[in-house]
Amino acid sequence: MNSPKPIDRRRFLSGAVQAASLLALAGCDNLSRSDWFPSLLSNTEKLTRKAQRVLSSRKAMAREYVEADRSAVFPANGNSNPEDADYQAMVNNGFADWKLEIGGLVEKPASFSLAELRQMPSRTQTTRHDCVEGWSAIATWTGVKLGDLLERVRPKPEARFIVFYCADPDEDGQKYYESVDFDEAYHPQTILAYEMNGQALPVPHGAPIRLRIERQLGYKHAKYVMKVEAVESLGTIGGGNGGYWEDQGYEWYAGI
Amino acid sequence: MQEQTPNIEPQPERIYRHALPVRIWHWINALSLFILIMTGFQIFNAHPALYWGDRSDRDKPLLAMRAMKAESGEIKGVTTILGHPFDTTGIFGYSGDKVRGFPSWATIPSGKWLSMGRQWHFFFAWILAINVLIYMTYGFGSRHVKKDLVPTGPDLRNIPTAVKDHLLLRHETGEASKRYNVLQKLSYLGVIFGLLPLIVLTGLTMSPTMDAAFPFLLDLFGGRQSARTIHFATCFLFVGFIVVHVSQVILTGFFNNIRSMLTGWFTVQTTGVAHEQSETH
Repeated sequence: MNSPKPIDRRRFLSGAVQAASLLALAGCDNLSRSDWFPSLLSNTEKLTRKAQRVLSSRKAMAREYVEADRSAVFPANGNSNPEDADYQAMVNNGFADWKLEIGGLVEKPASFSLAELRQMPSRTQTTRHDCVEGWSAIATWTGVKLGDLLERVRPKPEARFIVFYCADPDEDGQKYYESVDFDEAYHPQTILAYEMNGQALPVPHGAPIRLRIERQLGYKHAKYVMKVEAVESLGTIGGGNGGYWEDQGYEWYAGI
Repeated sequence: MQEQTPNIEPQPERIYRHALPVRIWHWINALSLFILIMTGFQIFNAHPALYWGDRSDRDKPLLAMRAMKAESGEIKGVTTILGHPFDTTGIFGYSGDKVRGFPSWATIPSGKWLSMGRQWHFFFAWILAINVLIYMTYGFGSRHVKKDLVPTGPDLRNIPTAVKDHLLLRHETGEASKRYNVLQKLSYLGVIFGLLPLIVLTGLTMSPTMDAAFPFLLDLFGGRQSARTIHFATCFLFVGFIVVHVSQVILTGFFNNIRSMLTGWFTVQTTGVAHEQSETH
């Protein structure tokens, strides 16, 4: 065999590897910006959701911790003080006039003041908040079970999702919203929390109430919830993907 | 290294070394791992710090990549490991005039794009996990694992010699090169039955729904943040494996090895070559 000298071969190989990696990386970036490839990738979300539903029972409970496990500092991600005049007015009078509206495809639309929510049976849970960025923080949350509220307003049979409309706008004025299916909405740990670590929910964490969806990632846990609506489809709401971050490419099913 | 004197070139023997399922498995694995590692760095960059336990106490990271402004006004990339800071400007913490954990050449997509990195990561995680399950079924069913990968008694007794040979870059030729050597067997077994299941399980432990379904995962790895740290460490063991594996492929005859993993056919280097190599190594 007439092999090239080892040094030439080595130079050839390392040159080839470098060229190939650059091409491969540019190729991956092109794929990310194409139409078809992200659409292929997005099938994973359905597969993951179905697989996790098979592996995990509807009522499987997220781990509950003890008070000693609480984070000393619980980061407030996303909006921490909504730049919205109506919201700021509510903060200034201690949410005395705030009412949670529950409507959409329900038999008996209703609205609840903070005092009324506080009088209803409550659930307190010390749970881990897992951010999509990768960090986790633990806090104790007290609130009313979403399932209890839904039983009062009685969703119609055609309703399939519960949507949460929030007070916090982004720089473009687009307000935060989120949605969950009925499995998650009626889960015993799904609460609208008005207390964090035994204190009234602070503004950076979503006063007067925030959603806790303990088996999904942090962006599902909408803060500053103003209105709850039962709907049949998510397609006509916001960007049509079921949530603020979902409209920007994040998965609607955030169980992983 | 190949022989330099054409006169004594013996007739090469060719053997069918890798069965088709193994070859397909290998390349799917190679592609998936390459993408999973680089999309993993993209995801890691969203919060480039690691912790132990259930929660992330920001003041107590095991490892953190940050950008800091030096007194001169220059921005530096600083990687802190167990409280010890290292200047990693240009690689970790700050690279290409951007504050980021891993540099853009190491991540997919190259720019900051967490949602897209996640989409890629989970797609190829499914492929890798299914590939591993198929391999394990095939590997036991066809006796490939038992026949080719489990070390024999003589293999195990030969470990010290094998280590020495590897360090001196002396490689098997002739009959011995038709089989995997003991270090190869142990590293392949370690990857297939150690690292692969570990990286899948620690990945699943980061899923809040999986933690609700299988709370023992949290106990097994010591919490979600510990699982994230083990996932990251296992990723680096894979990177280490790939570096050694590819170096060995290059050192023991790059084209012959690549051909054998593409077509199955491997050319056996004869003892004549070995003799010459041992004189010139």
